[in-house]
Amino acid sequence: MADNNIVVMHERQMNKVKTASKVGGVAGKVLTYLFLTIMALIILFPFYWMIISSLKTLDEYRMSVPTFWPRVVMFSNYAEAFTVGKLGRLFLNTVIVGLVSTLLSLVITVISAFAFARLEFKGKNILFAGLLATMMIPGELFTITNYGTVTSLGWKNTYTVLIVPFLVSVFYIYLLRQNFLQIPNELYLAAKVDGTSDIKYLWKVMIPLALPTLISITILKMTGAWNSYIWPRLVANDGVHSLITNGLRNAFTETTGDVNYPVQMAAVALVSAPLFIVFIFLRKYIMKGVSRSGIKG
Amino acid sequence: MVESKHSWKAWLYLAPAIVLLLVFTVWPIINTVRMAFLDDYSGLEEVGGTVFNFGVGNFIKVVQYQRFLDCLKTTSILCIATVPISTILALLIAVALNSIKVLQKFLQTVFFLPYVTNSIAIGMVFAAMFNIVGSFLGTENELVVTAGVINNVIEFFGGTHVNWINVGSTYAANIFVMVVYIVWNALPFKILILLGGLQSINKQYYDAAKVDGTSKGRILRKITVPLLSPMLAYVVITGFIGGFKEYTSIIGIFGETMGPADASGRLNTMVGFIYDALASNKQGRASAAALILFGIILVVTLINLQVSKKKVHY
Repeated sequence: MADNNIVVMHERQMNKVKTASKVGGVAGKVLTYLFLTIMALIILFPFYWMIISSLKTLDEYRMSVPTFWPRVVMFSNYAEAFTVGKLGRLFLNTVIVGLVSTLLSLVITVISAFAFARLEFKGKNILFAGLLATMMIPGELFTITNYGTVTSLGWKNTYTVLIVPFLVSVFYIYLLRQNFLQIPNELYLAAKVDGTSDIKYLWKVMIPLALPTLISITILKMTGAWNSYIWPRLVANDGVHSLITNGLRNAFTETTGDVNYPVQMAAVALVSAPLFIVFIFLRKYIMKGVSRSGIKG
Repeated sequence: MVESKHSWKAWLYLAPAIVLLLVFTVWPIINTVRMAFLDDYSGLEEVGGTVFNFGVGNFIKVVQYQRFLDCLKTTSILCIATVPISTILALLIAVALNSIKVLQKFLQTVFFLPYVTNSIAIGMVFAAMFNIVGSFLGTENELVVTAGVINNVIEFFGGTHVNWINVGSTYAANIFVMVVYIVWNALPFKILILLGGLQSINKQYYDAAKVDGTSKGRILRKITVPLLSPMLAYVVITGFIGGFKEYTSIIGIFGETMGPADASGRLNTMVGFIYDALASNKQGRASAAALILFGIILVVTLINLQVSKKKVHY
């Protein structure tokens, strides 16, 4: 009762304060929305510029006073970008690498996280701490040796080289282990008593309960393939196994000077589109995954 | 425990991860240290039978190398400029977003959009916005076709155009473009984290402040920032780590030349230096540079943690 009274009193007082500050509040609200609108426009402008530039003719793009809406809508720029950049092959490569590496990575992550979360073995904690410590080291440090390793394995210019070195992510194992730990151990023990196998238990109980984390991992992994640039440039530069970002950069080498920007912007738009489409459908998972990871693919 | 007898099972489950980590994570750590401490180490020459002396020669060479110092300078400038700007902007946007109800979800999505992009692809868009087609060299028949939309806007407001990224542009102008692009790119993650932090702050602090008639600025300084300090520390630390590893955003705007056509390599960074050394088969030098980069990141992170230990309220 006493608590209730305090809450009611608190609310009354708040209402008084609210009316008192209403006049100043309106001005504040207007300023807040004004600030957010200006910032949002700045954030959106490059996307807008990319799209309208990709639809202009070269002559219109080069006018000294720019137009903010294309006079003639040139969808043909997209077709040209697709052929000039040989984007078809690049899209296919990226999808293959993305799908295979995501699938294998998920399997490895799930069984490793399961071992760390549910099984007891000697040295578990030391091993886990050791794994976490490797997360601090910048990736460039690994690349130097890995480049030599994959060369001597004869993996250069194959899909393998784009998939295998990055299959294990300590961070994903950590993320999933935390998720698994939240599932009561009693469920596992009960399943053991019933004679359920580990794999069946994983499949029927743990994976469904950890699905949001698995979806986040999938998205991060796929965008990783989409955005990777440095590693494929080093080890898969034969043109056959190139990924989309490399292809984009190689086909449109010039960024300054006299460039056919409408076609280049069309290529950029084509490469960006899949990420946006995924984002529209899976916004919630992406934002959740990112806020926990801080890793840009 | 039921499963303690079956510890072999755990190792079986962990086997794929452990094997891959041994090959692609643990061995590289050992090998990088080894190569860094072998003078002038080169993988190619080692295959040829050359024996290298143990020593710190690689480190000495790297820090005396002018190109490395230039890379260090550019990386540091970009870091020091972009981290504070993007953090403060993200804080203001997050606070503003947190204070509104209408359109909050929509604007939140808009501010997240730059995250869902490819930093090379959108870098090309920024290059288009800053690029001048034609020349401003001051010759007789020079023909400026388009000065780029950013210059158009500057001229619209009565300013004069700037040569941002073309031949003859200054280092300062190049850095400015990079700062704009990196901040634009860094905002979404920071806003997301800070907004998440704001939404978990207990409303009663603000109610109490309102009853006391505390001003908005004071609320921000005395309530919001202290209570948000763990998240602020987090975005600052990750910002510095990301900043010291800056590389692809520069390729996005300037291409592989890492600078304007007449000054290629001018905007090269630490990571760029490592890859250049690797490409020319100087693994010893690359390893030394990578260890120096790791050291810098470690020190900056420790300093940040030390500062936040005093300032952060958990």
